[in-house]
This record gives sequence, C-alpha cells and structure tokens, in this order.
Amino acid sequence: MLYDVETETMPREDLEKLQLRRLQSLVERVYANVPFYRKKLDEKGVKPADIRSLSDVQYLPFTEKQDLRNNYPFGLFAVPRENVVRIHSSSGTTGKATVVGYTRRDVRTWASLMARSFVAAGANSADIVHNAYGYGLFTGGLGVHYGAEELGATIVPVSGGSTRRQVQLLKDFGPTVICSTPSYMQYLYEAAVDAGIDIKELPLRIGIFGAEPWTEEMRRDLENKLGITAVDIYGLSEIMGPGVAIECREAQNGLHMAEDHFLPEIIDPVTGEPLPAGSVGELVITTLTKEALPLLRYRTRDLTRLDYVPCKCGRTHVRMHRIMGRSDDMLIIRGVNVFPSQIESIILETEGTAPHYQIIVKREASLDTMEIRVEVDEKFLSHEIRGLQMLEGKIQKSIKEFLGVTAKVKLVEPKTIERSEGKAKRIIDLRNS
Amino acid sequence: MKSEQISIFLENRAGRLAEVTRVLSENKVNIRALSLADTSDFGILRLIVDDFEKAKTVLKDNGFTVGRTTVVAAEVADQPGGLHAILGMLSEHGVNVEYMYAFVQQSGKNAVMIFRFDRTDQAIEILQKNNIKIIPGDQLYKM
Repeated sequence: MLYDVETETMPREDLEKLQLRRLQSLVERVYANVPFYRKKLDEKGVKPADIRSLSDVQYLPFTEKQDLRNNYPFGLFAVPRENVVRIHSSSGTTGKATVVGYTRRDVRTWASLMARSFVAAGANSADIVHNAYGYGLFTGGLGVHYGAEELGATIVPVSGGSTRRQVQLLKDFGPTVICSTPSYMQYLYEAAVDAGIDIKELPLRIGIFGAEPWTEEMRRDLENKLGITAVDIYGLSEIMGPGVAIECREAQNGLHMAEDHFLPEIIDPVTGEPLPAGSVGELVITTLTKEALPLLRYRTRDLTRLDYVPCKCGRTHVRMHRIMGRSDDMLIIRGVNVFPSQIESIILETEGTAPHYQIIVKREASLDTMEIRVEVDEKFLSHEIRGLQMLEGKIQKSIKEFLGVTAKVKLVEPKTIERSEGKAKRIIDLRNS
Repeated sequence: MKSEQISIFLENRAGRLAEVTRVLSENKVNIRALSLADTSDFGILRLIVDDFEKAKTVLKDNGFTVGRTTVVAAEVADQPGGLHAILGMLSEHGVNVEYMYAFVQQSGKNAVMIFRFDRTDQAIEILQKNNIKIIPGDQLYKM
C-alpha cells in the first residue's frame, strides 16, 4: 500500500526535476534569510544561481551539529520567530543541545511523511498505535503522534517510562502497531513475560522501531518473540524527526527516504568528498522544503549506503541501508574499527544470551582492552559451569574471527545491564577519563 | 527417588552470595547442603533446602536467576572404600558423575552424598541393584 502514490512512485527523472527546483529555491531562501549561510556561500564563492543541476549540491557548504550549537538557540532560523509554531531540541547527550523550529507548514509536512511511513510499514487508519517514544522536546513522540492522527489511526500517547503500565495497556487496549526504540521493545517484552502476558497472543502486528542503530538479528529476534512484522524507521531532529526514511514491509530491505523533501548524499567521513553510488559512508542530507530551519548538506554522522535499484514495493525513492553505526560511535580498538552493531550481530547469533549487552573499553598499560558484558538467558541457564564457559568462549571466538580483535566476554546475571526507555547506552569508553 | 536441587547463577561480586543467604534466612528457608562452582567471573551455587518451592519463589522475587536440577542423594558407608564402591559400580556401566558434594547430617553412621549424574535414571537403577540406600527428596529435605 502507498500513502501518496503519485509522489512515492514518481519516475526518477521527474523526481530529480522536482528536487532540483526545490534545491534552487532553498539556496535562494537561505542566502537571503540566514546570515550564517550567506557568509558560508560567499566564502565559497557560490551564488544561488550557480546551482544548475542536482550534482551542484556538492559545491554547497556542509552544516555540522556544531553549527547548530554555535547559533543556539534560534540563530539559523530562516523565518521570523513568530512564524515558528513548534520548537524541539536534541537530548544534548553528546554536548550542548541543538534547537530546531517548525513552521505550521513544516509540522504538516512532517505529519504527512510520518503517515506515509505508517502506510509503508503496513498500517492503516483502522490501526491502534501504541506510541512509546518519549514525548516532549525529543522529536520521536510528537512526530509519531501527529503522523498517526494524520493517517486517521487511533493513537495511544503512552510516551516512555512506566513499563508495567505499558504492559497493562498493551493487554487492555490491544494496539496493533507499536512504536519505540528496539532496545525498549526488548525491555517491554521482558516486562510482559514477568507479568505473565504473551505478547504473541495480543493483536499486535507491526513494530516500527528506530532512534538507535539495530541489526537484522535483533529484527528477527523481535519478530519471532512478538509475532509481528518489524520495520526500521529513520529520522533525526535536525532534519525533521521520525519519518525521514522508512522500510517498506514488502521488502524489509533498506529504508526509502522521502526524496521529495530530502536530498541525500554519501560522503567520505574523513575527507568530506562525495562517494560513488553504493559506497558506505556518512549520510549527508539537504532539507529541500523545510521553512523554519532549512539545512544545507547536514552531516548526520550516520554511516550507511544508498541503493537506487528499484524496490519490489514500487516506490522509486532511494533506499538507505540500515544504519551501520555512527562515525562518532565507532570504536578504534588497537587500530581496528569496531561498531557496536557488529558485536550485537555476533551476540544475537549465539544461543543462550539475551539481547542486552554493554561494551566497556579501557586502556591498561597503554593497550586498549574491550570487555563485553552479556546477559545470560534464563532459559539456557545451566547448572554446569562448563556450558557457560563454552558460551563465553564461543562469543569471544566469533568476535576474534569476524572483527579481528580480542575481547573479554563476561556473562552477567539477567536483568543487570541497565535498561533504557529511550536509546540504549551500549558503550562505556573509559579510555579518556 | 530423585531430589530437587536449586542452581543459582551468581556474578562474582562482593556480597552477592550474602544476598542469597539473606533472602533465604529472612524467609526461614533452611539450607541442608550446598556446593559452589566458580570461575573468575561467575559461579553457580547449588543448594538443597528444606522447602524447594518457597526458596525458588523468594529467590526469583529478589531478582536471582534460579534453575532446577535433579540430583540423587545416596548413603555412603562411613568407612574406607565406601565412596569408591559406589563410584566403581557406576563407572562399570559408563555412568558419569557430573559433580557431587556432601550432605551435612547430624547423626547416623553413614555419610550422605549428593550426586549429579549424566544419566540419572540408569544411575538410580544401578545403585538400587547394589543395595545402596537412596534417600528420596521428601525425606532428604526433612533430615
């Protein structure tokens, strides 16, 4: 099913014409209204009229998170403050918070893109949506909320927290769609098991999970345990929020980016040079239609690749591969690049462990050491030391084999790794403290 | 003929074992026999208690990971060669002892050992054929 058939299946030639027209108008707008961009464009000697083809986007300056911080709070807005109807802000977990604003039209665009995402996931107006994304300054909650209302579905604005109550609501209201981070879904599942509720028996049929990188193994695990179809959703507050890209349920293979509103590029995270189609690199997004906070070539720090091969669902919009990691999440362990998602895949492929893990990196005598704490699964818990030692050895061996690094694997008691109601904290890097 | 043993997975952290004994003591569960197997990171505590169900429930409620294992309690003659006689008849039939530990008994001329076998039913059969006294669970917990 498609929400906006004409746009979502637009021939690429027409889509690119639309993108170019919007890009040109965007550059004109930011040049005229945002002193920061006027200065940057002038420094590069680029005038709005120089943008004649889509590939000219590479002559535009990048925008980094730091630029948003430097212009905190409203410095990059392209419209008078009175035209801004909503403010969101990033969590500021990695530094000073960034602020984003939305005009009335921006909020409407966002709602329609989120409704489009729901339909891609297989939802419709008859669904009940349990929304466990946090409400408030974080874009997840309200983004999903407006999208569900736009679609005409029934939204249950649960937000994060009160896990026991959430389990009760799952049972009482019988939602058919659930939206949360994948790690919180794992936590909810455990809470349901503890409460003696089998989610598989409930009407739940679709899970829309995002806001943190997760793996194919985690998807299979959630699908099997919950008896649902799970799709990956992507968004970031600087660009808009959830709904920037979503997997279609037909293929479950890459997330269609709403290319009528966002122009994606893949660059080399070190040199900043554009990479050829299909390469893995950092995702850069130019917002084509945003009014309040338009951004040129925003560096997301998310690593992925783009796939322009037509999808079996009929959508012509490019697919981005699930996020493989964040350039700032990448651990360099004795010179080897390691992403938490790689470790997650290995752990989930090993029977006997729960999908909760934490990576602790330390420096001992000038050598990096990595310890991976993994919860043992109650089901597989044996009264034999040997079995558990073999499990540790198996994970350790796979990590050495696939990543080329030696890690100490430490089994810990179930439910001892801290649970998160939002994004999971997988890495504790103690090297610089 | 079999007895129930509780197995608890424990991380090697200061005070973790004391947590188990605190929970059991507060709930008036008496420990009859125990053994602890450990590595540098974690251990498995095996317990025979006077009230298996209660122990399991209160430990679970306190966040412990608890498993159930079937073991066999056998009387061993308290004299040289007493244990050897039992191990000898089992090894003859290829039954493997995965682990064993002693049961504390206040009086009586025989010692009681708790055995975990790889083939429990066959082991019981062999012991009975050789007139080794097996103490059934319900008696063991009350001894």
